Amino acid sequence: MKQKLHEIKERVKDKKWAPAFNAIHTFLYTPNEVTHKGGTHVKAVDDLKRTMNTVIVALIPCLLFGIFNAGYQHYSAIEGFPQDFSVLEHFITWRNFLVGLTTVLPLLIVSYGVGLAIEFVFAVIKGHEVEEGYLVTGMLVPLIVPVDTPLWMLAIAVAFGVVIGKEVFGGTGMNILNPALTIRAFLFFAYPTWMSGDKVWVHGAVDGVSKAGTADAISGETILGYLAQNKTAEMGFSLSDMFFGFIPGSVGETSTLLILLGGLYLVFTKIASWRIMLSATIGALAMGLLFNAVIDFGWIQSYSKFYSLMAFDFWKHLIVGGLAFGIVYMATDPVTSSQTNRGKWIYGFLVGFISVMIRVFNPGYPEGVFLAILLMNVFAPTIDHYVVQGNVKRRLKRAKQAKIYPAATPASVETQTA
Amino acid sequence: MSQDIRIKKGLNLNLVGAAEHAFHKEVQSSTYGIYLDDFHGLTPKLILKEGAEVKAGEPVFYDKNNPDIQFVSPVSGEIVAVERGERRRILNVKILADKEQEFVKHGKFLSSDTDRDGMIAHFLKSGLWPFVKQRPFDIIADPRQTPKAIFVSGLNTGPLNVDLDFVLKGSEEKLQAALSALQLLTPGAVHVSVSSKKNSVFSTLDDIVLHEVSGPHPAGLVGSQIAQIDPINKGEVVWVVGAQDLVIIGELLLTGQYNASRSIAVAGSKISDPKYIKTKIGAEVAPLLEVSGADLSNTRVIAGDVLTGTQVSADAHLRFYGTQLTAIAEGNDYEFFGWNKPVFDKVSPTRALTFSWLNKKKAYDLDTNTNGEHRAFVVTGSYEEVFPLDIYPMQLLKACMVKDLDEMEQLGLYEVAPEDFSLTEFICISKQPHQAIIREGLDLLKQELG
Repeated sequence: MKQKLHEIKERVKDKKWAPAFNAIHTFLYTPNEVTHKGGTHVKAVDDLKRTMNTVIVALIPCLLFGIFNAGYQHYSAIEGFPQDFSVLEHFITWRNFLVGLTTVLPLLIVSYGVGLAIEFVFAVIKGHEVEEGYLVTGMLVPLIVPVDTPLWMLAIAVAFGVVIGKEVFGGTGMNILNPALTIRAFLFFAYPTWMSGDKVWVHGAVDGVSKAGTADAISGETILGYLAQNKTAEMGFSLSDMFFGFIPGSVGETSTLLILLGGLYLVFTKIASWRIMLSATIGALAMGLLFNAVIDFGWIQSYSKFYSLMAFDFWKHLIVGGLAFGIVYMATDPVTSSQTNRGKWIYGFLVGFISVMIRVFNPGYPEGVFLAILLMNVFAPTIDHYVVQGNVKRRLKRAKQAKIYPAATPASVETQTA
Repeated sequence: MSQDIRIKKGLNLNLVGAAEHAFHKEVQSSTYGIYLDDFHGLTPKLILKEGAEVKAGEPVFYDKNNPDIQFVSPVSGEIVAVERGERRRILNVKILADKEQEFVKHGKFLSSDTDRDGMIAHFLKSGLWPFVKQRPFDIIADPRQTPKAIFVSGLNTGPLNVDLDFVLKGSEEKLQAALSALQLLTPGAVHVSVSSKKNSVFSTLDDIVLHEVSGPHPAGLVGSQIAQIDPINKGEVVWVVGAQDLVIIGELLLTGQYNASRSIAVAGSKISDPKYIKTKIGAEVAPLLEVSGADLSNTRVIAGDVLTGTQVSADAHLRFYGTQLTAIAEGNDYEFFGWNKPVFDKVSPTRALTFSWLNKKKAYDLDTNTNGEHRAFVVTGSYEEVFPLDIYPMQLLKACMVKDLDEMEQLGLYEVAPEDFSLTEFICISKQPHQAIIREGLDLLKQELG
């Protein structure tokens, strides 16, 4: 097989579609390419494929959890949440898995299918190799959308996100906005009714599946939805539900525990920036504390529509909604985040800070993390600029003490020439 | 005023086939080569034609832009070939060595006998000048300029590098003569950096400022040391001389003869008996490999180390500045699912199913495979882990790529040489050619502003 593929590679290397073949070939085999003249003769083992693969590995637990949770939320909405909940009995079951398989898997296939097709086409047109950036984007997309998102909608959004969000800037490594979040934002602004409200988070709700024994259609409000409507009392989820993720929400964002483990794995492997994760967490806590203080000082009364969200314990923001997922997997995107280490601290802090701010003040859709990250993507180059300017200024200051000697032509040297 | 240098960021690349502290017997080389590529940016003008007889130390060509700088033959013999490339550019000059070596006689010339101009003139006329390189631009120094300081790195930290303390033992007198001469050339100091771990031959010498260096590679690169001791500012010039070249300089000053002798390390995984060999600049590579038991099937031979050296064919010659010969396996083979399976036998700066972090002492047998394809810059923050200078490496590389002269200058291009980017190139996930990018940037900056 190795030899056969090599022969095909040699045969197609002048063809226009060679990048498409090479993408598949290099997926199977790391290439036989050796180091070139004028550089190091050996290279470290890591390449972009390995880096991206590590992120995908860190996302797989969230995907699997999302598949089961899709079924769990669906049946719980119909039959009511089980009283004596046990993971093996009520969560990891075949019927939950089947619901997840029929809802989440198509999202994954459409996301990868459409996105990779566009990547291949652009690679062939522009004559460069297929870059691996979309491998992570394609995995992220199904995890950050509601479970019943229509597939045609997702396909359009993916096409928009990949072409406008990335390829027009020059492809992987050149984009300004996180492509997965661009896709999410496109969906949110183009089809808001499919992205918010209490009908989209549970499979079957939009189709009018009814509760067992009644004519009422099922629904499922997210925790942030309850809070935004000041309906804290109706919210029947415990802290452990929130932390472990047995709550409605976008497919892969609910389990803080698995996100935390994924984040630790990414930090341990040195693939994602711990600076961003830590500072974003600090930023979110700081904003949450500020809001809690506003409540403590009594500046906002309980009839205010912001009351429940502001009074929500500051640390709980981290275990509901998409904040944790955004901090671990989206804010750390190396291309669109700050690129300097000091910039990463500032960038991360502001991501967390603004996420919670938008969450509390956005009346229509109580989730802020994707908007906060997109906003900070735009400001990341500015942050980097000022960080780098610090280095430039230091250099300029040092240059004032420069010891420059005038170039001379010593007499003795001249005689040599003659 | 001794200032110690502690380098924290870096990476020691531990390879198999390190040279033992012992010498092979000397081997004869029938021809010697001078490769013009070694002198970056040089436009050579031949003095002697093919067929001419030369003595050791006799000028063969000079720099057209700076005719004072002469390049001399390492041996006496006959110029048998001048190989030319595109547009008749001279590639190399080959010299068939005489059995009896004849030297140009300059006579003893010490720093106490002369002043700065006299010493510069002596360096130029005797062919020592090409050993003096300058920063910025990492080229042969311009004798009309005055450097604010001169730097010598007295330790090597790169992969399979020569142990300077071993090869310089017994050369104290020559080193002292050379260093005293260098002290004449600058109004500033001659900074010599030595390892903090062992006693160096330099520690007893005069006319120098000694610095003890600790930390991982690139602690031994002179660029890392300059940045800590006395960083280069815009407009400033520093000169740099290799530690082994000091011996040649010192010997010429003491005896009047240009003796291009070098102790080189022959090392690497394809060498069965890695040891040191006493030879001369420009000697044939093949006999050196043979005596070291090199396996030449699917092998890359490198004059220099695996991070900064030049690939040479087995019938070529040693280069002017390199002090080692490395032979490693070519990695021209595919690897099934090489991008996602756990890797134990290669070096990695991450822990993404790569396990070189488990055992930092382990020696690796790396081949020349790129371990992946060239990509745009994606990952950030990894270069900083191995880059000890106060410079933003990726930003500087990008400034060079887009040819933004202002940014190149502001971000510190004057302070670096391509070799300072060898480690970032080694770990680069996007497999970008950092050293080539920096070299192009330096050339452009020199052409436009230098």
